[in-house]
Amino acid sequence: MAIIVRIPGPLRQLTEGKAEVEIEAKDVAECLDKLGSRFPTLKERLWDDKGQIHRYINVYVNGDDVRFLQKLATPLKPNDEVSIVPAVAGG
Amino acid sequence: MLSPDEEERYLRQTMIPTIGVKGQLRLKEAKVLVAGLGGLGTPAALYLAAAGVGTLRIVDSDVVQLSNLNRQLLYTTAEIGQSKSSCAQQRIRQLNPHVKIEAIDTQIEQNNVMDLVDECDLIVDALDNYPTRYIMNKAAIATRTPLLHGSLREFDGMTTTLIPGRTPCLRCIFPEPPPPTTTPVLGAIPGIIGCMQALEAIKYLTGVGTLLTGRLLLLDGLELKFRELTVRRDPKCPDCRGVQPNNRGN
Repeated sequence: MAIIVRIPGPLRQLTEGKAEVEIEAKDVAECLDKLGSRFPTLKERLWDDKGQIHRYINVYVNGDDVRFLQKLATPLKPNDEVSIVPAVAGG
Repeated sequence: MLSPDEEERYLRQTMIPTIGVKGQLRLKEAKVLVAGLGGLGTPAALYLAAAGVGTLRIVDSDVVQLSNLNRQLLYTTAEIGQSKSSCAQQRIRQLNPHVKIEAIDTQIEQNNVMDLVDECDLIVDALDNYPTRYIMNKAAIATRTPLLHGSLREFDGMTTTLIPGRTPCLRCIFPEPPPPTTTPVLGAIPGIIGCMQALEAIKYLTGVGTLLTGRLLLLDGLELKFRELTVRRDPKCPDCRGVQPNNRGN
């Protein structure tokens, strides 16, 4: 069973239009790494020059921000939901 | 007291048992700052005015542009080039002459934000850029004024209710701003999120319902799904670290 990664609307042109992507991973770091390998243009958008996820992009596991869990080392189990949520400025 | 005109105007909402005349009077006594009169601020201001919020302080420094009109339905084609705050003032007066409008045509900056927030019961964050949102976030914390956040891009929107000292602040949720850019947006998305901000304001002012606190509500317009995420205070937040709620329980 895989992890379900939810892709926000503005990034779906980088995931072939997919709103959800299934990934096999043991933690958030592996999940995002595999996601980036599968969709290289998405990786360019999520990571900065130093190989870190941009700080305006939050990652949630089952609705909880990984910054308040174990960050990228947050473990994952099958059927967990990983959400990528960038800050958006529009009003 | 409500006048006979007000009694009739607000009848459909005073009929709601949890609002009643008592709730209506609370709305009448309230002053709300609508920061930004774009896609979010225009529906929010219209619904707050229609609901009978006593005083609306509406702030924007822009003029109406043709490219605003796919989403900013308060303005008309004939008003292109005119001040948004004065156009909004006129339109809101036409809708509800009982509402006092304080229209302020200015850019929100660090040196005027405290005056803009002064005496307001809550703030609708209807801004269109993160640097100004962070300025308003700090002012909300300094004055312990609830801040109703809304933001969007394309078919996506998000909203949450930020109560200084009780909930995370905007900086706790998003420590750094997204890159500045002209935001693509479908007009119905700020319509939905702006109405939710107005709803949340009315709930806060009347004390009914459960506020959207500690929860970030995401709208996925393409899938037409809502999802909720848990948001937490960051104990190391540079903006709200150590801030306690005020004695109103806010």
